[in-house]
Amino acid sequence: MFPAAFDYRVPATLAEAVDILHERGDDAKVMAGGQSLIPLLKLRFAQPALVVDIGRLPNLSGIRRQDGHLTLGALTRHVEVERSAELKAACPILPEAAHWIADPLVRNRGTVGGSICHADPSGDWGSVMLALGADFVAHSKSGERVIHAADFFQGPFTTALRADEVLIEIRIPLGSGRSGGAYTKLERKVGDFATVAVAVQVELDGGKVAKAGIGLTSVGEKNLKAAAAEKALVGHEPTDEVIAEAARQAAAAAEPKEDIRGSVEFKKDIVRVFVQRGLKTAVARAKEGKA
Amino acid sequence: MIVKVKVNGAERSADVEPRVLLVDFLRSNLRLTGTHVGCDTSSCGACTVLLDGEPVKSCTMLAVQAEGQSITTVEGLAAGGAMSPIQAGFHEEHGLQCGFCTPGMMLVGTALLDRNPNPSVDEIRWAISGNICRCTGYMNIVKAIQYAAETKRAAATAPTAQPVAAGGGQ
Repeated sequence: MFPAAFDYRVPATLAEAVDILHERGDDAKVMAGGQSLIPLLKLRFAQPALVVDIGRLPNLSGIRRQDGHLTLGALTRHVEVERSAELKAACPILPEAAHWIADPLVRNRGTVGGSICHADPSGDWGSVMLALGADFVAHSKSGERVIHAADFFQGPFTTALRADEVLIEIRIPLGSGRSGGAYTKLERKVGDFATVAVAVQVELDGGKVAKAGIGLTSVGEKNLKAAAAEKALVGHEPTDEVIAEAARQAAAAAEPKEDIRGSVEFKKDIVRVFVQRGLKTAVARAKEGKA
Repeated sequence: MIVKVKVNGAERSADVEPRVLLVDFLRSNLRLTGTHVGCDTSSCGACTVLLDGEPVKSCTMLAVQAEGQSITTVEGLAAGGAMSPIQAGFHEEHGLQCGFCTPGMMLVGTALLDRNPNPSVDEIRWAISGNICRCTGYMNIVKAIQYAAETKRAAATAPTAQPVAAGGGQ
């Protein structure tokens, strides 16, 4: 298989990239690592007239910590997140989730930003970013704007990003108190899409949950934010009963479809079990003082 | 569009359409047919090559994306005709049956040992988890990579050079 013919541009700067998109954004696809886009091009599910390869733009890669935030450059590869000792200490859900993405070869090429913009409902980063309450920085010829993760994912492979915009950075607020997170995934084999996966992040204050974020993978038309489950946690001590109730709420919010990976009932129950397990791990990590 | 890459240490260039996949560039333009096309859907790892030392799937990369970078294919493993430690490992431990996945497995193993000279069985299994073998059940592939790790460690600590190519590649 090979893609249909396309024009190919490799902008040398971000300014050049957004100029190109300003002119031809509607006919173009932006490519970073290409690990989602190239399979779509080969299957000819996508046939853009132009591919804008931003994969080697300078200064859009890397992990930094500043002003109570973690920032990930959009071109940061999954493998960099997976191997980051700093993230393992500062935000363990990130390397934990990275470890489960596709397989090691794909993680060597694929980027965090590319995966987020691809917005596959079975993608892992979307749920993690929903749980972390991340902000996405979009750049266009008219400047920058910040899109909250909860507003970003609109449907299958559909985001709030305009055709003339490039995602350049992901900003993750680091909690002020004790926080912890976990990513739990069920897959049939390495490289398969998740049957179900769950991202949870909690922040504790005085023994009670001050903030909670729960994101669900592969159980809806997009990565879902389990808002009712989050609400069931905030202000409460994370007892087994409180966690069990939040897990029930998350399962109720899941909208899976029956497919080769399992029935609706099965997937909803996996959501319940994983939210429960994830929360217990997250609370334990928060108590250990891991961010 | 002209693409220039270094393949197994040699500068190569060709005029290719942007849509040409790296694996097709290697196999058709450069006639390096050791890189295999298996699933063609980014699932099996038969098309694995090293890009600046890291294993990637050449069926899921455009040739033009490799511009200016260094590629190692299976043909680049034996230095001066001597088998690399990984190749010797696959030979000694019977790490292949049909051989279709073998180039990818050996390249992944090479990259693993460059980064981690003393991997555990779990680390080896994790490293090859993007590469599918339908013959061996992976047991002997793991043993082959362990064999190579031991050979390389022995060569590194031996007082004189051992009769294996150090490091592979190039």
